[in-house]
Amino acid sequence: MNKLSTYAEITWCPGCGNFGILNAVKKVFSELDTKKLVMVTGIGCHGKIADYINVNSFYTIHGRTPATATGIKLGNPELTVVGFAGDGDAYGEGLEHLLFAAKRNIDITMVIHNNRVYGLTTGQFTPTSPAGFKGKSTPRGSPEEPFNPLLLAFCAGATFIARCYSAKSKNLASVLREAINHRGFSFVDVLQPCYTFFNTYDFYNERVYELEDHNPSDREEAEKRIKEWNYDSDGRIPIGIFYRESKPTFDELVLKGLNPSKREARFNVKCFLDRMI
Amino acid sequence: MKYVVQEGSHSVAEAVSLCRPGVIAAFPITPQTHIVEKLAEFVANGDLDAEFVNVESEHSALSLIAGAEACGIRTFTATSSQGLALMHEVLHATSGMRLPTVMVVANRALSAPLNIWNDHSDSMAQRDTSWLQFYAESVQEAVDLTIQSYRVAESKDVMLPAMVCMDGYVLTHTYESVLIPDQAMVDEFLPPFEPEYRLDPEEPMTFGVYALPSDYMEFKWEQQKAMENAKRHIMRINREYRKMFGRAYGNGMVELYNMDDAEVAIVAMGSICGTIKEAVDEMKDVGLVRIRTYRPFPVEELRDVLRDVEIVAVVDRAFSYGYEGPVFSEIKSALYVLRNRPIVCNFIVGLGGRDTRVEDVFRLVKRAKESAGGEVIWLNLKA
Ligand SMILES: Cc1ncc(C[n+]2csc(CCOP(=O)(O)OP(=O)(O)O)c2C)c(N)n1
Ligand code: SF4
Ligand SMILES: [Mg+2]
Repeated sequence: MNKLSTYAEITWCPGCGNFGILNAVKKVFSELDTKKLVMVTGIGCHGKIADYINVNSFYTIHGRTPATATGIKLGNPELTVVGFAGDGDAYGEGLEHLLFAAKRNIDITMVIHNNRVYGLTTGQFTPTSPAGFKGKSTPRGSPEEPFNPLLLAFCAGATFIARCYSAKSKNLASVLREAINHRGFSFVDVLQPCYTFFNTYDFYNERVYELEDHNPSDREEAEKRIKEWNYDSDGRIPIGIFYRESKPTFDELVLKGLNPSKREARFNVKCFLDRMI
Repeated sequence: MKYVVQEGSHSVAEAVSLCRPGVIAAFPITPQTHIVEKLAEFVANGDLDAEFVNVESEHSALSLIAGAEACGIRTFTATSSQGLALMHEVLHATSGMRLPTVMVVANRALSAPLNIWNDHSDSMAQRDTSWLQFYAESVQEAVDLTIQSYRVAESKDVMLPAMVCMDGYVLTHTYESVLIPDQAMVDEFLPPFEPEYRLDPEEPMTFGVYALPSDYMEFKWEQQKAMENAKRHIMRINREYRKMFGRAYGNGMVELYNMDDAEVAIVAMGSICGTIKEAVDEMKDVGLVRIRTYRPFPVEELRDVLRDVEIVAVVDRAFSYGYEGPVFSEIKSALYVLRNRPIVCNFIVGLGGRDTRVEDVFRLVKRAKESAGGEVIWLNLKA
């Protein structure tokens, strides 16, 4: 596990939920061929995870993680591509990329550090902040209802949908392992308390429970469980794998076994001639 | 009028509030965020009667502003760096539809590599979007420019949006004592926004129509005429502002400092001019020409003042890769028509927030005096 650590000093606030994510990710990564791993991150507190794990990484610009991850997977399908984005990043600024990655069923994993605030820019509301959320940009409370990102991913066609809680590390690690192993677009929304700007530990500790006796291949059942909690203040919060389905992936369909990063010049010419003749 | 000592962002937010915008769109990005957060507070406290909208991206922010502005509402937004870059498409749409909003740009470097510090790469990259562009030297000037910009932008024969550029951190985050004008005086100086054209159910019209090749060029020519018209307004409003509030900045387009007998002229924009002025104070034959209005470009003023000097040292805080500093290119082309041209050289300084001190200005002048003309020198590069 140590070989995955870096010399970078960790600058997350003490108590930040990102520590739980970091530990679980390192655990799962240490079981994989790290030479074939690429982390893609957005911009925000979450993005710093790239500095703390010693594997290939690519900091995208804010919001574009799924698009860049798609490009990497298509460039070299042998790589295991795992995106780490914030809720602001993936559900606000760059929502369209998330939905289209799900629609295409590209074989990447997206881990969302969902602290339900813009952490790095010091605590403004995001698409998953609860209605009435008081931050510096919403001193009287946000008038907007949050959306349910699991439901969005579900409607857009994601083939693996899960929710985790950064403080439930065992569950987090096992779900991440399955998400990465899943062939197709895997979506994992991780509830990650922002200790400084939106401390949700008590709220989650009271409500979070692990899904049991749930059949993730049953679409109707999955939708019901996904709708059980709508990121508001009511009810209990299920975590675990909600939905899983096996479908051809975008990379398989378009690449047909080719690896563009290994394509030889000869091949290009031949391909060109084939098309011309 | 009141004297306050507070963060630059808060002073600018007060200036915005004095202009009574009806719609404000906000998306956080360092180092701009404190401006809109302060405005959120004003709106929440009931001190400012405006709709404050937290949008999901800068592209949405400016699109929303364009819609509100088309309804005849005065509007405001602010951004920096990546946010401004993301707005690029909408910048053209806003100016093309002749929607005179005002935006504060807290200047910051662009990625990659990721950097949150100050330079002018963000706003310089938007030079050709047909927005008026002003650069503040101090927080006081950013305050004054904000108020003046609405007047200029909303002038009937201008109707173009305006960017008030203020250096990120250097101005946004420092505590500078500034004079904040009284509401009553600003109300007198800046009457309510009454555009000639607006979305009006009584009199339906279309904004941003499809223009065929037979018409498109005339729309663009009108924008250029509006830019030219803006020069007169900028100078007049600068004078009027002095009458009313006691402050003016050069002639509104450029400000000259110790240029009377100068043999070397430094040309620069923004807060670095404070440092340059300090250095100039200690040198005999060196003066500063501060470009305050970058678009429309003060070509006549620059020719007038630079024709008599021997050396022109242009300071750029951005770069046009593959060539030279953007301000340098423009100064050279402005001077080209003169019979006797000064020696010109270019200094690229402070990209990504690298500090520029008084001693650096001394070195810069020394290098300029040795110049054969045309050099582009990156100052303070690590060996
Ligand atoms: C185009 C653009 N707009 C704004 C920003 C400023 N910005 C940096 S991080 C961030 C929000 C981060 O929130 P989130 O994605 O939830 O990540 P967190 O910090 O909470 O982990 C923003 C708005 C940016 N980098 N780029
Ligand atoms: S601001 Fe919040 S999300 Fe960012 S490091 Fe601190 S606790 Fe974590
Ligand atoms: Mg967040």
